[in-house]
Amino acid sequence: MLKKRIVATVVVRNGIVVQSINFGRYLPVGKPLIALEFLNSWGIDEIILLDISASKEGQQPDYEMVRSASARSYVPLTVGGGISSVAHIRELMHCGADKISFNQMALQKPELISEAADVFGNQCVVVSIDALKTADGYRVYDYLKKETLGKTPAEFAASAEKLGAGEILINSVDRDGSYQGYDLDLIKPVCAAVNVPVIAAGGAKNADDFIEVLSQTEISAASAANFFHFTEHSVNRTKASIAQQLDVRLETHADYKENQFDKDGRLSKKTDQVLEDMLFVRIEKEEI
Amino acid sequence: MKQPNIVIIDYGVGNTYSVGNAIKFLGYKRLSISDNPKEIEKADALILPGVGAFEEAVKNLKSRNLIPLLNEQVLNRQKPILGICVGMQLLATDSNEKGIHPGLDWIKGRVEKLELKPEFAVPHVGWNNVSFNEECPLFTRNEANANFYFDHSYYFNCENPDHVVAHCKYDIEVTAAVQKDNIFGVQFHPEKSQTSGLKLFRSFFNAL
Repeated sequence: MLKKRIVATVVVRNGIVVQSINFGRYLPVGKPLIALEFLNSWGIDEIILLDISASKEGQQPDYEMVRSASARSYVPLTVGGGISSVAHIRELMHCGADKISFNQMALQKPELISEAADVFGNQCVVVSIDALKTADGYRVYDYLKKETLGKTPAEFAASAEKLGAGEILINSVDRDGSYQGYDLDLIKPVCAAVNVPVIAAGGAKNADDFIEVLSQTEISAASAANFFHFTEHSVNRTKASIAQQLDVRLETHADYKENQFDKDGRLSKKTDQVLEDMLFVRIEKEEI
Repeated sequence: MKQPNIVIIDYGVGNTYSVGNAIKFLGYKRLSISDNPKEIEKADALILPGVGAFEEAVKNLKSRNLIPLLNEQVLNRQKPILGICVGMQLLATDSNEKGIHPGLDWIKGRVEKLELKPEFAVPHVGWNNVSFNEECPLFTRNEANANFYFDHSYYFNCENPDHVVAHCKYDIEVTAAVQKDNIFGVQFHPEKSQTSGLKLFRSFFNAL
């Protein structure tokens, strides 16, 4: 059976992984290579590497960064940021990318979606939509111009699918870095508008947030960025919690299958039965 | 045993770097990424990766004059070859992705669009359990129903069901791996399937 995917978004700014808060404040986290290596060893299902400085400064994608970051990662890698031609995509594919994500280009040059899908297949093209809540409902947000557009995220997703997008990444600007949970009201209409897989992003704080969005909407994958960076084994512990209710892939050496967690994801004591079963040699009390 | 000489065929549309990384991780040092006939002739095993549209992939194979060379190496000299994703689909007779396009025709069958019930999103993206034929040399190290990463909209509909050595469930039974003698193909991405995929590569090279 096809599993729901737990995805990590790694936001890179000027070559450094950052924590992004409401698309405006950035705190440094560390090197991309290290972040990807750890996420990989903790059993993440997929990684999205977004270079937010690339298209802001009108640069090309940072190929060397992608090449070095992907060297120790054996899970699918989607790369976004600064991609404005088929040649860029081809070069990224040679640097370890499996899919590419369009955000600004989907707004500025939507025909590029079709071009990319023709050459690399639509499974390779992810269209990333930033959405902001306004008085009239949700609207697509242009982070370069810092303004909302007329289209709703659902309309935009449907037109992207028609152009050849193979996946939609829907990101809530309001919830970005807020730890308030996923915005289900934003996500549901987008899922209803398309027949391609949808990835939700923005706001995850703990395993319960993943369980909520994965069970109450039609999304194929849920993504988080910040909260995976700051605790050891964040991915496998989160997946172990999710696996108690939903079907996710849990194949790491440390799978935490027998553990219980509190709502903040902290480990609780193992049940007495589990501890009992772990006893390797039982030493009876000596009678003298 | 001496390390096998492995060549990943570079025809412009594959994620050759990722495939190479995964194989290097396993310790195989005699590895090259190339479209050079001399290199390909010297290889003990060939990998045919592929990301992209079928037509583009065939066009690239043709423009680099690789088809006669591969026919010679694989059909006459019986070199083991592993096709990955579109590389696997290329083994088929033809594909109906954006018009009918002939493939290598090493394993009879057509690559067709996944036509599924509306609740099944297409492309088929993500980790799915693979049921495999335990006798297939590709899967000797994998646990039953291991998870592999898929990302595709078309699948290989084989004429002879005996050539399908693994499948996964996604509304229909989707062909996950094919084998005919020395010709192997997997629809999923072993280079992106973490330990499950690394085990598969190890099994493939150990079977040489």
